[in-house]
Amino acid sequence: MIEALELLMNTSLWAAVLRIATPLIFGVLGALLCERAGVLNLGIEGIMTMGAMTGWLTVYLGGDLWTGLLVAAMSGALIGLLHAILTVPLGLSQHVSGLGITLFASALAYYLYRLIVVVGELPPTIEPFRPIDVPFLSDIPILGPIVFSQTMPTYLALISVVVMAYVLARTPLGLAIRMTGENPHAVEAQGLSPIHIRIGAVVAGSALMAVGGAFLTTAAFNSFFPEMVQGRGWICIALVVFASWRPGKALIGALLFAFFDAYQLRLQTVIEGVPYQLFLMAPYVLSIVALVLVARRAEVPEALMTPYRRGER
Amino acid sequence: MTSVLELQGVTKRFGALTANDDVTLTLGQGEILALLGENGAGKTTLMNILFGHYAADEGSVRVFGKELPSGKPRAAIDAGVGMVHQHFTLAGNLTVLDNIMLGSEPLFRATSSRASARKKLLQIAERFGLPVLPDEKVSRLSVGERQRVEILKALYRDARILILDEPTAVLARPEAQRLFETLKDMTKEGLSLIFISHKLHEVMAASDRVAVLRAGKMVAERRTADTSPEELAELMVGRKVERPVRQDHKIGAPVLVANSVRVEARGETKLNDVSFTIHAGEILGIVGVSGNGQATLGALVSGLEQPSGGTLTLEGQDVGPLGPRGMIRAGVGRVPEDRHSEGAVGELTVWENAVLERLRAPEFSTRGFVRQAACKAYAAGLIKRFDIRGATPDTRTRLLSGGNMQKLILGRCLSIGPKFLLANQPTRGLDEGAIAAVHAELLAARAAGAAILLISEELEEAVALSDRIQAMVKGRLSMPISADEADAQRLGLMMAGVWKEDADAA
Amino acid sequence: MRLERRTHMPFHLVIIAPIAAILVALTLAAGLIAAAGVNPLTAYGEMLRGALGSRLSVTEMLTRATPLILTGLAAAVAFRARLWNIGGEGQFFMGALMTAWVGHSLGLPPILAIPVLLVFGMSAGAALLAGPAFLRLRFGVDEVVTTLLLNFIVILFVGLMIEGPLRDPLAFGWPSSVPVDSDFRLPDLIARTRLHIGLLIAIAAAGVVWLILSRTVFGAETRAVGLSAPAAAFAGISLPRNLMGVALFSGALAGLAGSVEVLGVTASVTTTMSPGFGYAGIVVAMLAALHPAGVVVAAIFVATVFVGADAMSRATGVPSFIADVIVALCLLTMLVALLFTTYRVRK
Repeated sequence: MIEALELLMNTSLWAAVLRIATPLIFGVLGALLCERAGVLNLGIEGIMTMGAMTGWLTVYLGGDLWTGLLVAAMSGALIGLLHAILTVPLGLSQHVSGLGITLFASALAYYLYRLIVVVGELPPTIEPFRPIDVPFLSDIPILGPIVFSQTMPTYLALISVVVMAYVLARTPLGLAIRMTGENPHAVEAQGLSPIHIRIGAVVAGSALMAVGGAFLTTAAFNSFFPEMVQGRGWICIALVVFASWRPGKALIGALLFAFFDAYQLRLQTVIEGVPYQLFLMAPYVLSIVALVLVARRAEVPEALMTPYRRGER
Repeated sequence: MTSVLELQGVTKRFGALTANDDVTLTLGQGEILALLGENGAGKTTLMNILFGHYAADEGSVRVFGKELPSGKPRAAIDAGVGMVHQHFTLAGNLTVLDNIMLGSEPLFRATSSRASARKKLLQIAERFGLPVLPDEKVSRLSVGERQRVEILKALYRDARILILDEPTAVLARPEAQRLFETLKDMTKEGLSLIFISHKLHEVMAASDRVAVLRAGKMVAERRTADTSPEELAELMVGRKVERPVRQDHKIGAPVLVANSVRVEARGETKLNDVSFTIHAGEILGIVGVSGNGQATLGALVSGLEQPSGGTLTLEGQDVGPLGPRGMIRAGVGRVPEDRHSEGAVGELTVWENAVLERLRAPEFSTRGFVRQAACKAYAAGLIKRFDIRGATPDTRTRLLSGGNMQKLILGRCLSIGPKFLLANQPTRGLDEGAIAAVHAELLAARAAGAAILLISEELEEAVALSDRIQAMVKGRLSMPISADEADAQRLGLMMAGVWKEDADAA
Repeated sequence: MRLERRTHMPFHLVIIAPIAAILVALTLAAGLIAAAGVNPLTAYGEMLRGALGSRLSVTEMLTRATPLILTGLAAAVAFRARLWNIGGEGQFFMGALMTAWVGHSLGLPPILAIPVLLVFGMSAGAALLAGPAFLRLRFGVDEVVTTLLLNFIVILFVGLMIEGPLRDPLAFGWPSSVPVDSDFRLPDLIARTRLHIGLLIAIAAAGVVWLILSRTVFGAETRAVGLSAPAAAFAGISLPRNLMGVALFSGALAGLAGSVEVLGVTASVTTTMSPGFGYAGIVVAMLAALHPAGVVVAAIFVATVFVGADAMSRATGVPSFIADVIVALCLLTMLVALLFTTYRVRK
């Protein structure tokens, strides 16, 4: 028991929390953007897988890490575009399309990887992002090593939260996106195109998701292997509800979840006799519990999942 | 008078249906034009074309002399056309200011100028006498207040021509008066207005000119001063359709009795101290502006809501706690307000909808298995008896016209000889022929001894069919008056909440 | 360009739609095969030969199709009622686990034991889906996420069980559960192949599903609920009861898939015994436009692709993941094809 609590004192735990939270932050922000515009994007798991693969592959083939992230974002955007076309102008079931996209994007990622990369005993590796010490700030006791010695993508994630919050709340574009998710007819009546806005939001959101996936292969681990996303995409979907569709709360949710994930990993070393699977289950169980707790109070965007058909009331 | 708007030869088709047929129309500077027609005449379609929600198949629209590109609301807004929609285009979860500002700034600006927007909004609100609170969430506003926001949206975008689609559908008489006064003031400020209506008295009172649409065609234009309600009614309908007349007869024992019923839903009291008695062979009409609790009253007697206080009895038996299935079994027939979303499942066949409420009855199923032949025969019987046109038992229900779908819904209720029938807005959206047919069936059921609760927004219908009338205002019911006592003035006062009994008490 | 609702659905479109969808998917995938430097026609040829070219391969394909029919039925039943059951994978495993656990030492003669074990498998699957269904009814929690997350939880649970209480002490290499009693194994349909009478059970299940959905009161109510929940509620149909009924029905079918797979093929439970039967079942259901009869045909198609892809991969070097790509593409193309059966394109 004491050891379990002592673990909480360890700064490396908290540094790990930020690291583990990074792909979740990108994923939640991406899903949030799509849903705020009214589109549920269940392709997230597949898009993150594709982002992980293309980001890694770019670096493996000689590109630098930032190019890798950019390529990952573009691959996510392309797949997002497919989902957007199916669900917005064609108005197909967002559930089924999303599932199909996840299956397709994952399968495509594995296929292309197998095609291009020769895999021997162990999967090939790349040089990942290394943590950077921010001058002065990283010398602050306790907070310094935790927050200011992270990799660049992590800083990018944190900045993205602020940018997303600002854009949604304070810009005309953000207002248009929010309105599209509440009442697309109102958007049309004001002379804008809800279809274009939804497509744009899904494409941009998917790019963010893919960057989250790329973090896994270019910073967290340094190789790509099947099933590496491990349901993080689905957890992000749950976290969006938990965050009431707000970027600030999304950050908190991601950090909370990452904490449980990081903690459970370390608890395994300290607590004897409990099968490791129970620890691994905890994050998924917690996600379900979080959903139940927030469900009733959820301020769902009113037009979420309602396809917009011109002229149909 | 210079014309600010010209529609020339506008035609619009939806599949086999021609919604607008070669329509030509002009609007003069500073005038109020009423666009009159029955349901389905094509008025809203025409205005949607003007505003750009639809693109016309043929014809042109000229605004202030310049041709308007079709199918783009943006072009209409930029040309100075604004539209106040019948179903408000507002987002409930956002504030008044948000709703109004949307689209007024370039989309990719880095920041939104809310302060100056708020100032401009308040100025306009003051100038036109439409007070609003910019930072209030729209979902908290009353219907009248929401309409004000909808109007301000158009004025904020500097509309010079304003289209209003059925603006008084959700307003009480005094609010409607106030609205028309506001509209007159707007013309003094230089606006030109078109309002769509099917209410003759409004058109007569508030417009300078009237244009009448019938079955998609423009059939007449008149200066309002030069015409009369009778002439307009005939132009609107085309031929005199005789609606059936209620015959006086003896009413029987009380059937459905509500005693001080209170219904709470989602933290709000929707019905408060509601009492009524409906006798066998009687039609009780509930009038009132929509949004005052009629929907909850309908839900209550349908079994979809339960009383939180008070009692509801059917022939002495407490039916308050019963759900829809219990009500059906107790011999209650229910015609819901919205036939498309509640009354029938469009994708199912006519026979499936005919038996949907009573699938578990022995005549339609045995030991869990549906007796398809029996169901289809029953449906065929309904089709014949209630003159449901364009249908066989296997026809997909959404292919039926509104009137025929309503006949199906009414027919399945009446075929069991119900003790009590709910008719909630039974003729909404129907043409004259269908309205007459529905009225005939309701009166026939009354003659056969059914107790009928008629909830209607059409005063004329309520007065024609009901034996007694009560008004619903803010979840409360007035005392009943007999139909003979129900003149326009009395009803107007009742619907505005001025009840004699309150005056007596005061 | 506009989409306009059709007044009636021409029957031939219902047949053409899946065929067109498959052809488009195969064409798109051909591009990927070409990228591997292989002639797509050669590759598809190898795929067909690998799946249907010999008696043995056909039986392998049918063995693979058996659980797909059942998970396909599970998805079809649920999706018709707009219950998005993505948890077929987890329900499969619970059915398998329950069957292995009970079937290890059940003191009944085989003729009784096998049906009993199948019922246990169905119950396990049904119980698993009842959870998310309850959360939806009571708390309004979307079942898509809960069923998905449960899949991960269940796989971990299975791992926990087969490394712990249900461990097979005689297994070498990968951990696996205790096996079911060999007397309870499903007899072979064709001798000296893996094809077992589970196929007949699956086809019979399709028949039962068709009967229930099209002829019973429950089926009629489910159809109404799936098409228009407000109208169904108005007509007196209890939405919660119907939803729970559908959930139990769907979960039971997926659990049955796991049960049949254990009794017919694997005898014991491992964490790798399902190459995604649950998820593939969703594709099968969509290709079948949610019709029970179509599910059998679609399952055979999907099984053909998977079995054929292994052979094709060995023969041509194209990564066998192409099978997953093709199947996923089929789901998307079928979705678009279904659109054209409901809407017509107008200028």
